[in-house]
Amino acid sequence: MSNVIVQGGQEVLGVGRIDGPILVVEGAANVSYDEVVEIRDSQNRLRRGRVLEVGEKNAVIQVFAGSTGLSIDGTRVRFLGDTLRIPVAEEMLGRVFDGLGNPIDGGPLPLTDTYADVNGQPINPTARVYPRDYIQTGISAIDGMNTLLRGQKLPIFSGAGMPHDQLAAQIVRQATLGAPAGEKPKETESFAIVFAAMGVKHDVADFFRKSFMESGALTRVAMFLNLADDPPVERLVTPRAALTLAEYLAYERGMHVLVILTDMTNYCEALRQISNIRGEVPSRKGYPGYLYSDLASLYERTGRIRTSEGSITQIPILTMPNDDITHPVPDLTGYITEGQITLGRDLDQKGIYPPIAVLPSLSRLMKDGIGQGRTRSDHPRWGAQLYAAYAHMQDVRALASVIGEEELGDVDRKYLEFGRAFEREFVNQSLTENRTIEQTLEIGWRLLSMLPREELTRVTLDEIKTYYKGE
Amino acid sequence: MSEQIATVTWINGPVVRARGSRHVSMLELVEVGEERLVGEVIGLNGDIITAQVYEETSGMRPGAPMYGTGLPLSVELGPGLLKSIFDGVQRPLPLIEMQSGSFIGRGMRLDPLYRKDRWKFTPVAKVGDAVNGGMIIATVMETDTFEHRIMVPPDLSGTLTWLASSGEYTLEDVIAKVKVGSEEKELTMLQRWPVRRPRPYKSRLGVNTPLITGQRVLDTFFPVAKGGAAGIPGPFGSGKTVTQHSIAKWADAQVIVYIGCGERGNEMTEVLQEFPHLTDPRSGRPLMERTVLIANTSNMPVAAREASIYTGITIAEYYRDMGYHVALMADSTSRWAEALREVSGRLEEMPAEEGYPAYLAGRLAEFYERAGYVETFNGKSGSVTIVGAVSPPGGDFSEPVTQHTKRFIRCFWALDKSLASARHFPSINWLDSYSEYLEDVAGWWQKQVGTDWLRMRNRAMEILSEEARLSQIVKLVGPDALPDEERLVLETARLLREGFLQQNAMDKVDAYSSLQKQVRMLELILRFHERALRIVKHGAPILLIHELPVVDTLIRMKTNIPNEELEKMDDIQKQIDEQMSRLDSEYR
Repeated sequence: MSNVIVQGGQEVLGVGRIDGPILVVEGAANVSYDEVVEIRDSQNRLRRGRVLEVGEKNAVIQVFAGSTGLSIDGTRVRFLGDTLRIPVAEEMLGRVFDGLGNPIDGGPLPLTDTYADVNGQPINPTARVYPRDYIQTGISAIDGMNTLLRGQKLPIFSGAGMPHDQLAAQIVRQATLGAPAGEKPKETESFAIVFAAMGVKHDVADFFRKSFMESGALTRVAMFLNLADDPPVERLVTPRAALTLAEYLAYERGMHVLVILTDMTNYCEALRQISNIRGEVPSRKGYPGYLYSDLASLYERTGRIRTSEGSITQIPILTMPNDDITHPVPDLTGYITEGQITLGRDLDQKGIYPPIAVLPSLSRLMKDGIGQGRTRSDHPRWGAQLYAAYAHMQDVRALASVIGEEELGDVDRKYLEFGRAFEREFVNQSLTENRTIEQTLEIGWRLLSMLPREELTRVTLDEIKTYYKGE
Repeated sequence: MSEQIATVTWINGPVVRARGSRHVSMLELVEVGEERLVGEVIGLNGDIITAQVYEETSGMRPGAPMYGTGLPLSVELGPGLLKSIFDGVQRPLPLIEMQSGSFIGRGMRLDPLYRKDRWKFTPVAKVGDAVNGGMIIATVMETDTFEHRIMVPPDLSGTLTWLASSGEYTLEDVIAKVKVGSEEKELTMLQRWPVRRPRPYKSRLGVNTPLITGQRVLDTFFPVAKGGAAGIPGPFGSGKTVTQHSIAKWADAQVIVYIGCGERGNEMTEVLQEFPHLTDPRSGRPLMERTVLIANTSNMPVAAREASIYTGITIAEYYRDMGYHVALMADSTSRWAEALREVSGRLEEMPAEEGYPAYLAGRLAEFYERAGYVETFNGKSGSVTIVGAVSPPGGDFSEPVTQHTKRFIRCFWALDKSLASARHFPSINWLDSYSEYLEDVAGWWQKQVGTDWLRMRNRAMEILSEEARLSQIVKLVGPDALPDEERLVLETARLLREGFLQQNAMDKVDAYSSLQKQVRMLELILRFHERALRIVKHGAPILLIHELPVVDTLIRMKTNIPNEELEKMDDIQKQIDEQMSRLDSEYR
């Protein structure tokens, strides 16, 4: 080995082993865990990496851009003595960056002295403010049944080929701070948007850029792009860089930030890849045992804190492999996030947009953001009633497919009609349709009125008197 | 107090190795690096010490010092625990916030219990008394109504030679002296106890008192006994946390220890913001005054998550030893098991099932066995009841944590995703759940509530399982094909599901049901069933029974009749009788 230590032990020439994107450097002294390194190949091309494990004699390094072109003797590794930091500034809105936070829009580096550690620090639970303000997205299936609150993390569980991107873009276009039904929304505060793409196709990134541009939001968007043909390892940093900027904007600058992370499944694959190369003991489907903690370190960077007006709301998008909700990625995500918007293949095939399957969807924080003084007093029970009726309709539909619709009782037939109308008129809406909370509640009551009054046991008798329109 | 014992040689996440002293002991507390991050020794091999560190190790280098403390990981016990919120290794989160702001900084060294507070101290023992471990020598009012009993540390016995007089003292003031042999030991109100060692007690007593939670499906159908252990497994979104919160709010325990172990930050914030404003239905005081919170959220260091369970149970045992009933919620034990797995993986141990270490079952058993109803050394009786949430991946109950947990608990509350999807809450599946405490607590019910609860409960279960069987048939041929007697079973089962099992935690009236209300509701639904059965046998069509106005009344009685106005139930009974008699007379 020809390891030469130069410049006070900071730079090492030659590596001991190269294994995929992992390098093992021998003879490096004074290396710290999680430190950033610069790696130059024999052509002096620069790439960056991070220390994964460090012992007395060697350090294990993960190269963000992959190890193509690196040789055992010709590689120089320079230890930078600090964990990965990115510049953060308000001027980064309107700009495009790569997965590590370097500008790729031809513009200059952001002009700032503020550099923040991409790993962030956990928010102290005592410093949090519990989310209570709802965001009106103008989409009935969300506002009515799975209300999104400021400071919530609510992922979209989708599958390949379903319109999750369109839905996310529509949410971004239409999101405003909600007001009680019938009242005009207060001065519409607009969100700053931080968009992180992990391993998605160029078209997808383009779609989002166009959509932001058309709605005039582009100046409020910072994009971090690690596309499908970019190095997978870089993907592990992309969401962290994006969230680091989001935290700065929300907690230092008091802005309301909406973070879109897409596609979390690609992120997890990259994590699995690194884990496998390192020979770690796998848990389910080859994913590392720390997948839960790793995902939590991203998703938990959401919320509000007492010392700032701002907030971070996260909408991660993930495609469920083979539409399987029990796959480790959606499964662990669901355990961390505060609910999920699940898209349904059958609704999509029926041409319903957005194809939100309301039964497996959930917003855990909804209960605290709706009702008297927030949306309308009947909203919680109205929602429970719609859920219960739609769930019952599914049973009826299953029965009808066996015995035929004609054999059903009168009440059950009404349920079937209700179910069809619910999907066509409540869930279904156009890409540009922006419904107020009042309209959403009104449609819901109109549908409930298709059912006999005795069936409505979740709402109060007073509510039936006020809103029920059936006979 | 601590000296350098070793030098760090290897770092991988929360696991570090160091070379140095051979006099370190297993599970000793160590401090690592210049920032003195707290860790615990988990392996020794010659002069190589392996430790798990309770804080983020980014930036640490080989060559960093490791300091020994000579002590195992311990918690501080004394007045001031109630109303507190700690992280997994008992650091007070509000103080951390004061020092490092909204984000948790590293290397914070803070006393768990605030030293400056003065506590009103009332001696109850006398100088000259022979005292042994666990004996109560004084009391302190920890809140306006809660009496904290100052005990002699468990491993100490001798003669009380001095005891402070009534007055106000801080935790560090000497309040008693005990002569042990020829040596005199000074006692303060503050004690330490190693978290991984169960606190001793005199003897175990039988478990035959139910822990009353005000949740109908739990109290009536699947009760857990005080001193027992229950598990709540369920996939995400099935309501584990809401159920845990409901128990923490309403259980008739005097102290609640709530461990948020690897869960969401906002959930802990919710408890923190909600509990001070909720009133304990028994004491009339804010719920927070009987609560100790341990919050090690999912993004906080993983090794501290592993420790959080032990920190919590040790605090619970301490209050048990004073003669109190303590309920401990652990949400979620799966995250704790995953922390175990993560550390085990970094140690490159041979994995057993799904990457979990082979000692998983042993650790789970140790934890659940710390539940119990005991006679303490001071002659009182106290209990620790454990309610552990389990988060099985993909909702698959055959995974290792759920399966091993089932071996060590006697009460299983199976949460069901499809019930949750239909917004049936609490979504506890009545067919998959069980309680082995039914017979144990039946005597208590008979004596305290005075009804034949177990017979009614079993009758209701019979109807529900009959419904499950019938709905298989209904799925194939539709309900119309069933004879009316069987359709009545479906109708009554619906009443049981919607009118009894479903309970709205957000509704003021419905959130808590007294036992009296529970049995009365059950009685009425069963009465409805028996009366209707007779009429159906006389030939009345089931449709007429379905349309009786009392059906709606029965479904709504849970929210319409408060616990204090149970006499209104008599009206409902009258309505049942009248409406049934009318029908009956038409078809006789």
